Order: sequence, then C-alpha cells, then structure tokens
Amino acid sequence: MTNPVSTPKIAQVIKDKYPGAVTGTTDTAVVVDSRQLPAIMDFLKNTTEWDFNYLSMVTATDYYQQFEVSYLLVSMAHNHSLMIKTRCERDQAVLPSVVSLWRSADFQEREIYDLLGISFEGHPNLKRMVLWPEFEGHPLRKDYLR
Amino acid sequence: MTLHTEPFVLNMGPVHPSTHGVFRMRLTLDGEVVTDLEAVFGYLHRGIEKLAEERTYVGVIPLTDRLDYLASMSNNFGYCLAVEKLAGIPVPERAEYIRVIMAELQRLAAHLVSVGSFLNDAGAYFTPFLYMFRERERIVDLLEMVSGQRLLYNYMRPGGVSQDLPEEFIPGLQKFLAQMQGYMQEYENLIKENEILGARAKGVGILPPEMAIAIGASGPVLRASGVKWDIRKADPYSIYNRFDFDVPTGIQGDCFDRYRVRVEEMRQSLRILEQAYKQLPAGPYCTETDHLIRPPVGETYAHIEAPTGDLGFYLVSDGGIAPYRFHVRAPSLMNLTALRDMVKGWKIQDTILTFGSIAITMGEVDR
Repeated sequence: MTNPVSTPKIAQVIKDKYPGAVTGTTDTAVVVDSRQLPAIMDFLKNTTEWDFNYLSMVTATDYYQQFEVSYLLVSMAHNHSLMIKTRCERDQAVLPSVVSLWRSADFQEREIYDLLGISFEGHPNLKRMVLWPEFEGHPLRKDYLR
Repeated sequence: MTLHTEPFVLNMGPVHPSTHGVFRMRLTLDGEVVTDLEAVFGYLHRGIEKLAEERTYVGVIPLTDRLDYLASMSNNFGYCLAVEKLAGIPVPERAEYIRVIMAELQRLAAHLVSVGSFLNDAGAYFTPFLYMFRERERIVDLLEMVSGQRLLYNYMRPGGVSQDLPEEFIPGLQKFLAQMQGYMQEYENLIKENEILGARAKGVGILPPEMAIAIGASGPVLRASGVKWDIRKADPYSIYNRFDFDVPTGIQGDCFDRYRVRVEEMRQSLRILEQAYKQLPAGPYCTETDHLIRPPVGETYAHIEAPTGDLGFYLVSDGGIAPYRFHVRAPSLMNLTALRDMVKGWKIQDTILTFGSIAITMGEVDR
C-alpha cells in the first residue's frame, strides 16, 4: 500500500526547517508558500527519510481569486506519497518550475501553462503544448467563454 | 576532398503509419542519424478535462472511454474508483470481480495491439499484427457480450457495473483462456528467437532506470528498465491483493525488453483471469446510487495500473452534480518525455521502433 504521509507531521518538519513556509494543511495536502517551493521540494526529494524520487502528477485548479497547483510526490523506496500544494494570485500567475528536480514536470507544467495560463519560471521550454501558438485564452480557466 | 553536409529538419507525422494516431515528430537529421527530436502534440486534443466540468459524474464515463481508446474498460475503472472514493460509494463483491476480469481482458487486448503494432514497426509487415488481432477479436467479442460495444464500452458505474454478466460469458471466457495459452506459445515460437527482431530491437532505444523514474514513466516502459513498480502490487486497489501474480521486469530497458515485458504481462493477466472467474461470487452487481451523484466538497486522487501505466484521476468537488475539476494523469504523456534522449544518435528507423515500443495512445496524450 502506498501510504499517504501524515500531513501534520510533515508540515511540522517543513515548518522547523523553513519557518513561515507552510501556509496551511488539509487532510490530504500541505500548502506551502510558492517562494520557498523549490527549497522545500529539493529537501523532500533529497532527504533519505522522505526520498520522494517520483513526481507522479502536477495539476492546477482555478479558484477564481487564486490558482492552486498540486504536486503528487511518491517515494518508491518507502512506498509513501504526499500532496504538496502552492497557490498564486490570478493576476500574478507565476510559479517556480520543478523541472530541474523531476523531469516528469516538463510536459505537465507546459500543459498547465497552455490550459490555465500559469507561467513556470525556470522551465526550459515553456510554450503551448496542445493548443497552437496563436490561440488566445486559457480554456481550463473558469472564466473562459467559448 | 571532403563532402560538405548540413543537418536538415524532417517532419514525421502527424499522419504517418508508425505514429499510432496523430503525433508529430520534428526530427533534425544528420544524414540518417537523428540529432534532435521535438514532439508536437495536440492533434487529438478534445478538451476532455473542460468538457467533464459540465457533465454529471456518471455522464463523464463516456468521456473517459475516449482517453486511451484501446483500453476504455481500464479508464472506466480508474474514474469510477475516484468517484467512489470521493462520494463514499461501496462496491459489491461481485462487481469487484467483474471489474478485475474486465480490466485484465482489456490489458490483454491493449497489449496485443501494442505488441502487434510494435512488430509491424519492426518490419514484420502485418503478419504478427493480424495474428494478434485474431485473438483481440475474441476478447472484443467477450466485452461486447457484457457491454454491447466493441471499442468504447462505457460499462462501469460508480458503485459497480452497468449490467450483470450474461450467462454465456463465463463459458466464453473459459474457452478463450484455454485457447489463449496456445496462441501465446505460437507467438513465442514465431517471434521470440527471431534473429532479425533481436538485431533491430536489442540494445536500441535504451531508457536507463534513473531516467525512467525521473521522467515519471510507468507501466511496461518503467518495468522494462528494471524498476519493479506495478500499482496493482505497490498500491493495491479493488481486490488485486487476493490474486497471485508476478511483476515481470526487463534488464536494460531497450525496445526488446519493453516488448518482452508486455508479452510476460499478458501471461500474468491470464493467471489473474483464471483465478478471478473461479472465485466469482453471486450477489448484486451494483450499489444503488442517486441518479445525480453529489459528492461532498473535497478532492480525491485514485489511480490504477492501466495497460499504458499509472493512470490517475484527480477530482475536485464543490458539492454540485458535476466535477469542479477533472484531471487525468496520463501515463502515455509522461512515457514520451524521454523520447528525445532515447533516439538521439540513433538512425531514423530506430526512432520508429523506439516510439513503437513505448506504445502510446494519442487519445490519452492529448485528451
């Protein structure tokens, strides 16, 4: 069984290491400050205790005022998983990219950029993926009108 | 005298027999050698994630059929698991067994297509492909028996399946299982020791295990690189922990290993089917649910081992009758991430073979 890591426990670990980085926890996810996201992700990936070597999924959801980006991390050695979330403002939709840590974010971040219009700083090839370059708008945004 | 050459760009696809759908590769070639590859997607993008936001939870099931259209039972399965997790719907025992039988039949059918078209790409022009389609036809007949459809089954529902097995299904399945063992042997005799296939596929398109994990590869592509990671074992869902089966892995992650892993997986699916139909209990095949399912506010993620890999469904509910957000973790898309690294330095013919060995479905890549 892939056991979800207890979110209060991991939130405490992150809080101790990066004060002020955790902005909230839910039953299934830890919400972190986007400015500290690369450092936290690096810590989660390269610490033997957590060892999240596999980024299973990256996706984003539009909540009108904010976008929420979810990262599903899996450790194959410990067989546990964790959902990390971060948020960004709608009119300032820029987040740091995690491609340098996990290449699986490559196409997924491009897809989010394409369909939700969130830019990922540090992505090596950030351009539209499924839609054509001249396409206007981002269809998965809730205010997109067809 | 030195001959001056310069690299040139070749567009392969979107319509090309070896692209298994509408996929385009922009190849930069130095003579016959590939020096760069850019994958271009989107020719089959239908906006399924957006369409799902305005359909009821049950109404999304036909859309999931159209993701990996060679494995629509598996897609139904993963999606229904996610809805059940979100809305807390129980599944009766009989339905669990029916689902496993359908998912494993579907895996067989999908692998037959993948292996057949891979051999087609390798130059065994249509002979193995037609042999494998002969068997796939038998599976499709069985699936048609239960669902009335031959490709897009739309069979599973949150809480079970849409209708019970007809009485001729189990005898049909028994007959198929008995014959399939012989067919598998036939493929082995024809192909396994084939020297031409070995020369073309062994050592070609290598995906090292570290890279396979880094790119989020899953399914046969990951396991061919020697990583023993199968969702059915690593994170058992439904009733998979009741069955006895092995997880075959490859050694070096070349095209031949990916092909072998698929063939071995078909044997394991047959093992699961043998066990599953014998244990099939009587009872209801579906839990009664409201016509309009309204899950509580929240989100969930459920995943299964589909023929292409780790197929996940991420659902967000706002308490309404339609999903607020519906996202598919598409294994085919992730498996393509390293295509450029796998073909760089190889010849253009090897590109076709490597791409064929990953065995993607464009419906799932573009969604």
